[in-house]
Amino acid sequence: MAMSKDEIRAAVLEIIEEIAPDEDIASMNDEEPIREQIGLDSMDFLDIVMELRKQYKVEVPEDDYNELRTLASTVAYLEGKM
Amino acid sequence: MQKRIVITGVGLTSPIGNDLATLRQNLLAGKPNVQMMETRYMDPVPAGICDYEVTKYQTRKDARRGTRAGSISIYCANEAVNDAGINLKGMDTNRVGVFVGTTEHGNVETENEVANLKEFDYDVKYWSHHHNPRSVSNNPAGEVNLNMDIHGPHCCIGAACAAGNYGIIYGAQQLMLGEVDVAIAGGISEAIRTFGIFASFKAQNALGHHEDPNKTSRPFDTARNGIVVAEGGCLYTLERLEDALARGAKIYGEIAGYHTNTDATDFVLPNPERQAECMQAALKKAGMEPGDIDLINCHATATPEGDPKEISAIKSVFGEDAKTWINATKGFYGHAMGAAGSLELAGNLPAFEDGVVHPSINCDELDPACAMPNLVLNKAVEAGEIRTILNNSFGMLGTNAVLIIKKYQD
Repeated sequence: MAMSKDEIRAAVLEIIEEIAPDEDIASMNDEEPIREQIGLDSMDFLDIVMELRKQYKVEVPEDDYNELRTLASTVAYLEGKM
Repeated sequence: MQKRIVITGVGLTSPIGNDLATLRQNLLAGKPNVQMMETRYMDPVPAGICDYEVTKYQTRKDARRGTRAGSISIYCANEAVNDAGINLKGMDTNRVGVFVGTTEHGNVETENEVANLKEFDYDVKYWSHHHNPRSVSNNPAGEVNLNMDIHGPHCCIGAACAAGNYGIIYGAQQLMLGEVDVAIAGGISEAIRTFGIFASFKAQNALGHHEDPNKTSRPFDTARNGIVVAEGGCLYTLERLEDALARGAKIYGEIAGYHTNTDATDFVLPNPERQAECMQAALKKAGMEPGDIDLINCHATATPEGDPKEISAIKSVFGEDAKTWINATKGFYGHAMGAAGSLELAGNLPAFEDGVVHPSINCDELDPACAMPNLVLNKAVEAGEIRTILNNSFGMLGTNAVLIIKKYQD
């Protein structure tokens, strides 16, 4: 059964929390770029892609990386994929 | 020696202490720390494990992204710089170099990735993009520069179990050449995080075993049966004497001499003739006679073959009835591989201040082939004054590195 938007959001936050354990994930703004809020660099961003692949078998092709810009756009992109 | 180079700061982590005072206290008290440790594919193995505070100098994110070797290096480098009272922010960090001796690097990271890949049926799209920056040979030193915003040279010196001494020697040479003004130098090891090192020593019948982990590593004892692998690190700040004096630095000791050479006889077995030549050449560079050395720290890994060979090399240089005090460190926490030389030197440096020689422990019955008149066993000795230390480190592929440190005097 497909995951709901809330479940996807929680799953993505869990991944980000693992990658950026020093950051305050709870205070993240859904509409602001993720990388600007918690200082992720390109290698960290690739960790998000890798964890989505490992944990949810979701492939995010390089052309779609921009879809993961904000938490809201990420949830919208992943809806139906996991 | 072309220039006078001195030690002005010490940063270390070991299974028996995460600072020099604690390490020294446990060495003098004869307190070992070897624990049984889980590793992949094998029954638990005895190991020397460090418990330094990782987040003292690193964010959790950086620790996750980097390597254990990098983390150990970062801890030791920060501790050394703080101990030396060097303010990196107030100096040109293009003139600071980081030179880290390593036994090996990349095994831990590769094993982790292969184990991860197995979970995904060896589909390489699950192989981490972090693998290359984690496993490049300069990783441990490079992580230090990243962490401390240092812009001078950095590299790792791969020299098997002689790497700790090699790192110090390389750092001193960079100072002599005028390439840097401060060298952060020594050795580190993350080796216990790879099953391969244990499995390989076991296959070679060189992995120590005993029902009590703390009694496994037994240099010079008739019942010694092999190596205990340990992790650890010890980095020093080295400076030219005039620079150290100009800023009123505390001076732990002066590099009086050193030498490195190669057996070229065997992949693993040591060659006492070359070890002796290495000690002699270091003495010559120091302008010293054997009788000028007050204390020798043996490499002594507690293998049946290695310990008596080293003692025979020492006898050939210093004589059968040499008065020089002799000790070894590996009975306490095992063999810290790339860190061994620099950590073992650190354990003896306070002898310049207190005149006490820490013992080699776990020797219940001395192997006659390892006997020397002033071999300090099981109990510390009040030696009076210690002015010079000769530190031996030898490694696979026949690499030998001998370092002579003397008490600083005007």
